[in-house]
Amino acid sequence: MSKIKCQCGHENPFGTVLCEQCGRPQTDEARESKLIDMRYEGSARRSQTYKRSIVDKIWNFFSSVKVGINIIIAVLVTSAIGTIFPQKLFVPATTEADIFAYYEKHYGFAGTLYYKLGFYDMYNSWWFIILIGMLGTSIIIASVDRVIPLYKSLKKQRTKRHTSFLKKQRIYAEGVVADSNSSFDKAEEKLKELRYNVKIEEGALLAEKGRFSRWGPYVNHTGLIIFLFAVLLRTLPGFYVDETVWLREGETRAIPGAPGYYLKNNDFIIETYSKEEDAAFGQAIDRVGTIVKNFQSDVTLFKDPEGGLPGQSEQMEFVKDYSITVNNPLNFDGFNVYQMDYRLNELKSMTFQLMEKTTDKSFGEFTVDLLNPERLYELNEGAIVELLEFYPDFDGVEDGEPVTKSPIPNNPAFIFNMVTTAKPEGEKSFVAIRQTLETNVNDYEVKFVSAETRDITGLVVRKDKTLYLLLLGGIIFMIGVAQGSYWNHRRIWIQKGDGNELVLAGHTNKNWFSLKKELDKVKLYADLPQYEDRQETKFDDDGKKGDKS
Amino acid sequence: MQLASLSGNLLYFSFVAYLVATLFFGGAVKGAKTQESYKNNRWRKIAISITIIGFITHLGYFITRWIASAHAPVSNMFEFITAFAMMVVGAFILLFFLYRTPSLGLFALPLAVVMIGYASMFPRELTPLIPALQTHWLTIHVITAAMGEAILAISAVAGLVFLLKNIDLTKRSKQRFWLESVMFTLILVVGFILSSSTFAIMGYEAKFTYINKNEQTAQIVYNYPPLFGMNEYESLTPDKMTPLAEMPPIVNAKTLTTFVWSVATGIVLYLLLRLILRRPIAALFQPFAKKANSEVMDEIGYRSVLIGFPVFTLGALVFAMIWAHEAWSRFWGWDPKEVWALITWLFYAAYLHLRLSRGWEGEKSAWLAVIGFIIIMFNLIAVNLIIAGLHSYA
Ligand code: HEM
Repeated sequence: MSKIKCQCGHENPFGTVLCEQCGRPQTDEARESKLIDMRYEGSARRSQTYKRSIVDKIWNFFSSVKVGINIIIAVLVTSAIGTIFPQKLFVPATTEADIFAYYEKHYGFAGTLYYKLGFYDMYNSWWFIILIGMLGTSIIIASVDRVIPLYKSLKKQRTKRHTSFLKKQRIYAEGVVADSNSSFDKAEEKLKELRYNVKIEEGALLAEKGRFSRWGPYVNHTGLIIFLFAVLLRTLPGFYVDETVWLREGETRAIPGAPGYYLKNNDFIIETYSKEEDAAFGQAIDRVGTIVKNFQSDVTLFKDPEGGLPGQSEQMEFVKDYSITVNNPLNFDGFNVYQMDYRLNELKSMTFQLMEKTTDKSFGEFTVDLLNPERLYELNEGAIVELLEFYPDFDGVEDGEPVTKSPIPNNPAFIFNMVTTAKPEGEKSFVAIRQTLETNVNDYEVKFVSAETRDITGLVVRKDKTLYLLLLGGIIFMIGVAQGSYWNHRRIWIQKGDGNELVLAGHTNKNWFSLKKELDKVKLYADLPQYEDRQETKFDDDGKKGDKS
Repeated sequence: MQLASLSGNLLYFSFVAYLVATLFFGGAVKGAKTQESYKNNRWRKIAISITIIGFITHLGYFITRWIASAHAPVSNMFEFITAFAMMVVGAFILLFFLYRTPSLGLFALPLAVVMIGYASMFPRELTPLIPALQTHWLTIHVITAAMGEAILAISAVAGLVFLLKNIDLTKRSKQRFWLESVMFTLILVVGFILSSSTFAIMGYEAKFTYINKNEQTAQIVYNYPPLFGMNEYESLTPDKMTPLAEMPPIVNAKTLTTFVWSVATGIVLYLLLRLILRRPIAALFQPFAKKANSEVMDEIGYRSVLIGFPVFTLGALVFAMIWAHEAWSRFWGWDPKEVWALITWLFYAAYLHLRLSRGWEGEKSAWLAVIGFIIIMFNLIAVNLIIAGLHSYA
């Protein structure tokens, strides 16, 4: 496509609306309109210029702000629908059938529909992900479409503009003043005082400030893209670790997802507010009941020795002691370990004694460690108790055999063989909480003495390599929005005409009130013609619209 | 405890100051004959002075309560909404000094008054922080987010003034209907405050046991005559009213009861007003908006979104993510509260982009600003009390 040559001699790229240098309108439309569209300085944007091929069409689609807004609204609406009922994530069920049943049971027909339409997992659904993808594409294309031509034309703009350019500005003035030279000089002085960048060329003045704010939207969009890119990265394997580990008090385990590291739970603590110590909150404690003050796991971190074989836990090296609380995760080597959950009072061990039933004579006590039970317990006078079977989570008898629900000692049951000198072949006994079963009537019994419990802490292990990228995206976004919102790009043109005539025009990308306030100051000092804001009376033509007061 | 009661008195003082300042702003708007005197009169100076005094005592409330409870007073509904009201006044003062228009004050201050009234319906005692809230990020996140929302709220106030001024209320139209709906909603809030404080003054209490969603027995106290009963409720106070209907376990019948009482009171109030006034409620306020300059209102509406949007982003998204990362190990979890912050953010992003295209200034923008505020309020009230209430069945 050929270049457009302006009357001023400058060659503009095809599609230019206003000459990059002098501002003369280049299209019929621009020549005829009363006010020109200054948004992108009338520069040649690809989307406004090429409209034929498929690539052009896709480009134009995504570069349209209208389309962009529609995508934003679509994300907004789908997000909102996702909050009508709890998402799958918050539903206490794991299998699809159970999840479906949950929605049906709690929300009836609406719940069934919600499930069937896939809204119960909105934020992982393919259409939501596609929408986000379109949002990203749109941001990139729309920005590239605009930023390059905008940059070029702002760079090439000349101080002296053609009057047809000035005449079509929203703020405009022309008129004869007492002494145009003195007004011109004084205006320069005042504008500099107001921190404008002033350039002068052949009786023409351009005062400009805050041009960098024009880059704000592009900076913030870059931030958004970096953020979205980081989110995309997280879906790749290896970029982030998310594991759960349950640690009993006193227990040491390898940290899942962090090879070579081990964590020991020394103590798990729950504290609640008390009226004595926290007197100010007495009323609230009375009203609500218990309020938790602290969840804390006191842990010790170990690691494999340098150069040592992995997994040899006897040789672990001490790294540090730490108290993990809800807002203070343990940090090491890029990993974070969070306090997430707990269980109180899991059975740790049970102590029994062996007794002769008739005499109540005791052969002494023995303690069964419920996680690592030993097989044999030697007691006084040569008596031995043998642990034949152990059911940590006893759940009744199936097909004549006792069964266990899980390996967690919630409801331990035992089959003991009691051997004494009097009964060397032994007597068998089934012992569970509050029950003892014997196949034959025994002379001896194992009697429960006491139990020891301990707490378990639920920790989450995270490592997220994208975190810094996310943060970077956020920071760039913030810089960009601040740049575009708290500064404005203001320009004032003043040109000398014949005799003592002066022409003045002003433009800002936003916040016209401040521009006008500044212009008023300049005018007061320098005696300039009164400007007019050609959009001022857009809304108010008072009197016409029914004021009944 | 003395500090706590001083704090309460300071808040009470601010409440009264805002009411008085509203009257003076009314005088400033009404008394003005021309644009010039509208801009510069004694009433206006007195009005803004009283507003600033009220704001300072409000700040005093905030600081003394902070000292008394040893954490930033933004940890429950009462504290958050009163802090939000304070920031709305702060944002108003900021925009007042940029544009010096009393019409804005005439509508912004009553908003703050209603908010303080609304907040006072929630438990007001000092509450300790649960572990997840014990971090400076809570303070930083909530205060910044509330500041952003308050500045955005001013945009809605400017929008409302614009609409009141520019919508013809003598003819039937969609605009008139929706404007009246906004007024109606405000009256519903007043209905809630009225009904709730009436029963509170009467000391009404009805106690029940019921079976909750997890099939456990729980207790609940109603402060309104129970229209709806909880799942398998049994009354512990048989002399009080028996519920008219029993609700399934997923519905919080107490919230529903409060809601229905408030709406009913609001409707009665609205109908009474209509009967007395014999015209739309909006028409009552219209004369106060008539002196406003639509250009200025449009500009304030846009400017406050421009100022508020970055602050909101920083507080409600960036700081929120940092805190969520510290406390819950993930920066984002699609929790309804988070999603609604995102929705608010997307909405204002759409607003800013719409302002880039021609034809969206003026009335359309004003409507958007009002809708934006409704979204903010929805997140504050409905998400906390209804949606989140479904999960955490308290
Ligand atoms: C959530 C997503 C988005 C956010 C938060 C966002 C944010 C912003 C902000 C704050 C501005 C500055 C507005 C102003 O100063 O008045 C802006 C401008 C803009 N945005 Fe976006 N944007 C998003 C998505 C998009 C999309 C999808 C498009 C695609 C068309 C787009 C195109 C533009 C354009 C063309 C501008 C104006 C640039 C200029 O004036 O030079 N944005 N955006």
